[in-house]
Amino acid sequence: MTSSITTMAEMAAKGEKPEILFWVGCAGSFDERAQRVSKAFAQILNDCEISFAILGSEEACTGDPAKRAGDEMTFQMQAMMNIQVLDAYEVKKIVTACPHCFNTLKNEYPDLGGNYEVIHHSTLLQQLINEGRIKLKDGGAFKGKKITFHDSCYLGRANGIYEAPRSVLEALDADLFEMKRAKKNGLCCGAGGAQMFKEAEHGTHEINHERMEDVMEIQPDVVAVACPFCMTMLRDGVKQKEQESKIEVLDLAEIVVRQNG
Amino acid sequence: MSILAFILVSAAAIYFFAKRIVSVRRNIFLGREETINDRSSERWAQMTRVALGQSKMVVRPVAGFFHILIYVGFVLINAEVLEIFIDGFTNQHRIFAPFLGAFYDVLISFFELLALGVIIACIVFLARRWGGLKRFKGLEMQGFPTRDAAIILIVEIILMKALFIMDAADMKLSNGEHFFLVSSWFSFWTEWFTPAQLETISHTAWWFHLVGIFAFLNYVPYSKHFHIFMAFPNTWYGSLDPAGKLNNMESVKSEVKMMMDPNANPYAATDAPLARLGAKDVQDLSWKSLMDAYTCTECGRCTSVCPANQTGKKLSPRKIMMDTRDRLEEVGKNIDQHGLEFQDGKSLLGDYISIEEIRACTTCNACVEACPVLINPVNIIVDLRRYLTLEESNIPAEWGMMNTNIQNNGAPWKFPATDRGNWAQNNG
Repeated sequence: MTSSITTMAEMAAKGEKPEILFWVGCAGSFDERAQRVSKAFAQILNDCEISFAILGSEEACTGDPAKRAGDEMTFQMQAMMNIQVLDAYEVKKIVTACPHCFNTLKNEYPDLGGNYEVIHHSTLLQQLINEGRIKLKDGGAFKGKKITFHDSCYLGRANGIYEAPRSVLEALDADLFEMKRAKKNGLCCGAGGAQMFKEAEHGTHEINHERMEDVMEIQPDVVAVACPFCMTMLRDGVKQKEQESKIEVLDLAEIVVRQNG
Repeated sequence: MSILAFILVSAAAIYFFAKRIVSVRRNIFLGREETINDRSSERWAQMTRVALGQSKMVVRPVAGFFHILIYVGFVLINAEVLEIFIDGFTNQHRIFAPFLGAFYDVLISFFELLALGVIIACIVFLARRWGGLKRFKGLEMQGFPTRDAAIILIVEIILMKALFIMDAADMKLSNGEHFFLVSSWFSFWTEWFTPAQLETISHTAWWFHLVGIFAFLNYVPYSKHFHIFMAFPNTWYGSLDPAGKLNNMESVKSEVKMMMDPNANPYAATDAPLARLGAKDVQDLSWKSLMDAYTCTECGRCTSVCPANQTGKKLSPRKIMMDTRDRLEEVGKNIDQHGLEFQDGKSLLGDYISIEEIRACTTCNACVEACPVLINPVNIIVDLRRYLTLEESNIPAEWGMMNTNIQNNGAPWKFPATDRGNWAQNNG
């Protein structure tokens, strides 16, 4: 199995440039659970023989949570440093598995001089399936399984991407069920707006527990997500409801890899 | 005599309405400058679709249907109001009738059907509001906001009733020349009066309707009902960008640029007083946020989908909009009474909106998606957060850690930046 992941610096040393930069993000780099998503996605890119690289230690937080917490200064410093790195490597196209990085790079970096073609991994997976470059096995690990998709706010409402992740799931031999709050009405997992990094304000219950009520109505085998923070929040929800033995929370990239694994 | 009275009443009504509009306009432009005039063809299309076409109202079908009944009725019945106006100026009655012949009765009957639709919709809305629909409860709805909603709905019903009374009386007086559909169903009472009395009733109903419209016109700009005008400009100026995009703070940009430029001369900074970063009071918000506040009709669709609100947090996007409007009205009154420089020592943040409320927002944009007239509460929340963070360094300790980690390690957690690519090394 080819599993080499090169960095932009390594490529540049050889005078090469990748077709696409895989922006891993903080969660994908440091969070153990999200690292598995990064690995799965890198494996898909390798299997499809897509020339890609990561920035490795030259990548830094996009500044999204700082901006949303009101710290525009930290955000802009991060953004400008990242733009310097990206421009130094003459990056044109970026793919990321994090909707927050995706939104910030695509929508907020242009005002600071960073202009790139940015796509979310769900869109790339959809393209690769449509082009036949990813061939999903008939049957496979998800045959007859009940799957529901949890929309990430920063993919869905923030950027209007509802169909790409669903089309990936529809390509499986599984049954896709929608929660009562889905797509434009999808309920937040509770992590956005930098809430991931602090305790919630006083209330009656946690937002991810509220979301678990929607999940429980479906009783799925798998909750598919496309965001590392939704992943954390929903896994916590599954634990709180003591459903670990019944419900698995998986990213789209992991689902694709496992279907063919 | 009648013409003079009519002209005096009309002139007074229009004068006070215009005066109010001028003061609302001034209040909106107390906000921070922001140029919004790009992509004008897309803006006209957006306004046509969302305001004229009610595209977001029908997302909730029951409310959407009855709202369209009132909306279409309101717009088309204005053709009849035009006749009432011309009648007033010329001291005629039903001046269009001779020109339109039999078609006049068809037209008026059509308006009557619309008016009946308006009455039914108003009754349905009153029932929903006082029948326990959760969306219309909530702390911010106590007192005036609930009374305001009742006044609007009841006045609309009474105004439509006045039309039916006038039509029924006129129909009876015309001895079969005119036939108006809906009022004919409810015209039994015209048997009880003499022609002279019916003449008085018709005339009174005419005046009542006219004065009622003028009173309504002057009530609306002080009420949540102002959306009937504001929905149009507000959807024209509404954002065309992806909802996830927060605006860039240009004042911070120049500062960061200077910090990152090794050749920059720190002493070259101008002596101009720095504008406040973020928003503490309404004047610090974009004028578009202030227009949003005047456009809000307090329907509460935003609050009903807010994840923070649904899980018992204090945040209610509707309250954010209502507080912004209330504070802006207060600032406007202060300026009227004491001049532009007057400070009352109060501010939007603190006296109206609490820190706890704005901290609870996940910026999920559910409120933005839900609003039928493209109001954006998230922009206000983020501007208030910016003030707290950048001007007062007032942030939760955890956010302070997060920002420090981002600055030092390039990640919100305390991992060394050099380890960032490690996951890719032991990839197996």
